[in-house]
Amino acid sequence: MIVPNKTATGNQHPSGDERFKKIDNQLRRLKYEKDALLEILNSAQELFGYLSEDLLIYIAKQLHVPLSRVYGVATFYHMFTFEPLGEHTCIICTGTACHVKGANRIIEAISDKFSISAGETTPDGLFSLTIARCLGSCGLAPVVVLDGQVRGKETPETVTRRAWEIVAFSKDKQAEGS
Amino acid sequence: MDSTHLEALAQEERDRQGKYKRRIFCCTSTACLSAGAAITHNTLDQALAQCQCDEEEAEIVPTGCMGLCSQGPLVRVEIQNHAPLLYGNVSADVAQQIVTEHIPLSANEEDALDDDSIDATTPHDFMHLRASGAKKSLERFIIPLDSPFFAKQVRVVLTETGQINPEKLDDYLAHDGYQALAHVLAEMSPEDVCEEILNSGLRGRGGAGFPTGLKWKLANQELASEKYVIVNGDEGDPGAYMDRTVMEDDPHRVLEGMIICAYATGATSGYLYIRGEYPIAIRRIRRAIQAARRRGILGKSVLGTEFSFDAEIRIGAGAFVCGEETALIHSIEGQRGIPRIRPPYPTAAGLRDRPTVINNVETMANVPSIINKGAAWFASIGTDKSKGTKVFALAGQLRNTGLIEVPMGITLQEIVYEIGGGVPEGREFKAAQTGGPSGGCIPKAHLDTPIDYESLRQLGSIMGSGGLVIIDDSTLMPDFARFFIDFCVDESCGKCVPCRVGTVQIREQLDKIIGGNAGPEDLDRLENLCNVVKKTSLCGLGQSAPNPVLSTLKYFRDEYEALLKVKTADVTNN
Ligand SMILES: Cc1cc2nc3c(=O)[nH]c(=O)nc-3n(C[C@H](O)[C@H](O)[C@H](O)COP(=O)(O)O)c2cc1C
Ligand code: FES
Repeated sequence: MIVPNKTATGNQHPSGDERFKKIDNQLRRLKYEKDALLEILNSAQELFGYLSEDLLIYIAKQLHVPLSRVYGVATFYHMFTFEPLGEHTCIICTGTACHVKGANRIIEAISDKFSISAGETTPDGLFSLTIARCLGSCGLAPVVVLDGQVRGKETPETVTRRAWEIVAFSKDKQAEGS
Repeated sequence: MDSTHLEALAQEERDRQGKYKRRIFCCTSTACLSAGAAITHNTLDQALAQCQCDEEEAEIVPTGCMGLCSQGPLVRVEIQNHAPLLYGNVSADVAQQIVTEHIPLSANEEDALDDDSIDATTPHDFMHLRASGAKKSLERFIIPLDSPFFAKQVRVVLTETGQINPEKLDDYLAHDGYQALAHVLAEMSPEDVCEEILNSGLRGRGGAGFPTGLKWKLANQELASEKYVIVNGDEGDPGAYMDRTVMEDDPHRVLEGMIICAYATGATSGYLYIRGEYPIAIRRIRRAIQAARRRGILGKSVLGTEFSFDAEIRIGAGAFVCGEETALIHSIEGQRGIPRIRPPYPTAAGLRDRPTVINNVETMANVPSIINKGAAWFASIGTDKSKGTKVFALAGQLRNTGLIEVPMGITLQEIVYEIGGGVPEGREFKAAQTGGPSGGCIPKAHLDTPIDYESLRQLGSIMGSGGLVIIDDSTLMPDFARFFIDFCVDESCGKCVPCRVGTVQIREQLDKIIGGNAGPEDLDRLENLCNVVKKTSLCGLGQSAPNPVLSTLKYFRDEYEALLKVKTADVTNN
């Protein structure tokens, strides 16, 4: 059996990225137990924003579990993503309360305006549309999260307007920069 | 720290709170935050600082959910020896006004309070406002606390929610927090505790309604070197937030219930499994654990006794099926959240094959009150077989939406029309959906049903964890059923065929009907299919996935028939 390198020296990620060190620290705290896989994936997603192949290979190696197991677990859970999100994100709740209050119309409006469907990012990488299942503010349905800001009682018009504004602002900035 | 020290801390905090003439509570829970409560809270703080009054004049307290989420942000003002005042829709302007109108009470104004022109029915606390002549503009924002929304509720689980600062252990202590734990450790044997919970009639609030005391007893009787307690905070029902609220707004109550459970069953460590979509709940529980450890409430030698117990958080990563207990255990073990066949039940072989008690957040939160007030008190609330209260997240097409706690046995009628204030003008009530994707729709004709585990099941729905969504005539039932089936198709873990394949087949059948391509025989086929999936699936997800379809077929069949290509009537006529 291969004994995990508990000190982790000489076993670090070659990039020297600080975020990998944080993962190493957590691995050490969880004593490199195989149980820790989900915890590690959660932290990795939080630190990097998404789980790249490189990251999954690294975790598999550090925990001494097959990559297929890491991949199998990661793809089972909805919260893990394998591609980077856009600069701006719009999360639309499609839980029951928001559904009966017309969340679908908001999704349609945004999809139309940005020509992407739920789960996609615009080709310029500026805007992602994702859906969530209940954000726990059902009393204020329909609920939308724009760039981390939770907003209740939204309409297709208010959401598209605000989303369009923030993306246009970024575009302007890009244009200025180039 | 032992229990006398605990009492001293509680008294110290009570004295501290008692010295304020007013305490202004600002709801900072998720729902109010999405309505702008962060600004409200900030404004209150700044306004108080600006008025440069004596420190004793007022304190601003950030709290958890006050219930009436649709009117958020909410602010409650408690004035010594007066009934509290609740303000709704408190924008920054209103917040500023609340502080300026309530606080500066010069001697003249105090005299004005004796003015005879104020009749006896005027709310006491309001006299300040009258005296300061600014009543009208603020009065509009007052929500009467004797309205049915509040008057019909009974608070057990939510006793401290909205009353305390959830990030302060001492505030919980001042509200008799950890008294139940101290009592249990000093006066009761583990078997006594199991017996007391059994006698209270408490049943699991996670959906299935298994008697909690019995579950604890089974675990207590297992001989093992190590046992575990798990609190199920996965709350998968999309459209419900009871457990989130309890974890966010009264985290120590959940911990206290959990520690008592550990003592009763002989567990030495435990996990709180919290849905990853609830970052605030995760943070508050984490802080609560740290605070409890510092005070010797968790860890080696709990409250100075020989009993040791420690708890950790595990974060879910978005899979509905992980709420199922065996799937949850797999998830904590770092695997895919796939359920397994029971028995063995977790009480015999759970986490790492050790005896494990899994209880829902709300179930645990009931425990301290049962210990403090006694099993008989708890059993006096509710119906014959369903005791105590139930917290519901009331949402959908209603005037008042929010978080409510009602005694078991209350009718849906009372919840919808009195607490919820009925559906908004111009719309018609159609159905009440309980139990989320595992539940069903209850039509108007059955609104007089008392809410308990058995009656809801009889109607083809379930109690579920507490989601209660009201739909009006703008929602078509076949579409609504498809919404839930779509959810189950996504969430099926794929282990057993009836659920993996059956839910997809149900969806196709529904699509055929909704698309206007089905004949009457398709309705029978759909019903058949649903019954097969229900009877043959491995876990509760598949077994209950057809409920939304079956219950709408039962009560709203005409809506399905109206969509058929060849109408039922035509067939019989020919
Ligand atoms: C598909 C499925 C999802 C479930 N989701 C939850 C949940 O989100 N929260 C919960 O407490 N129980 C959930 N349960 C019930 C648990 O399996 C278990 O019965 C419960 O946690 C036991 O606690 P209780 O006796 O206190 O209710 C779910 C069950 C199934 C079949
Ligand atoms: S259903 Fe959208 S917040 Fe709960």
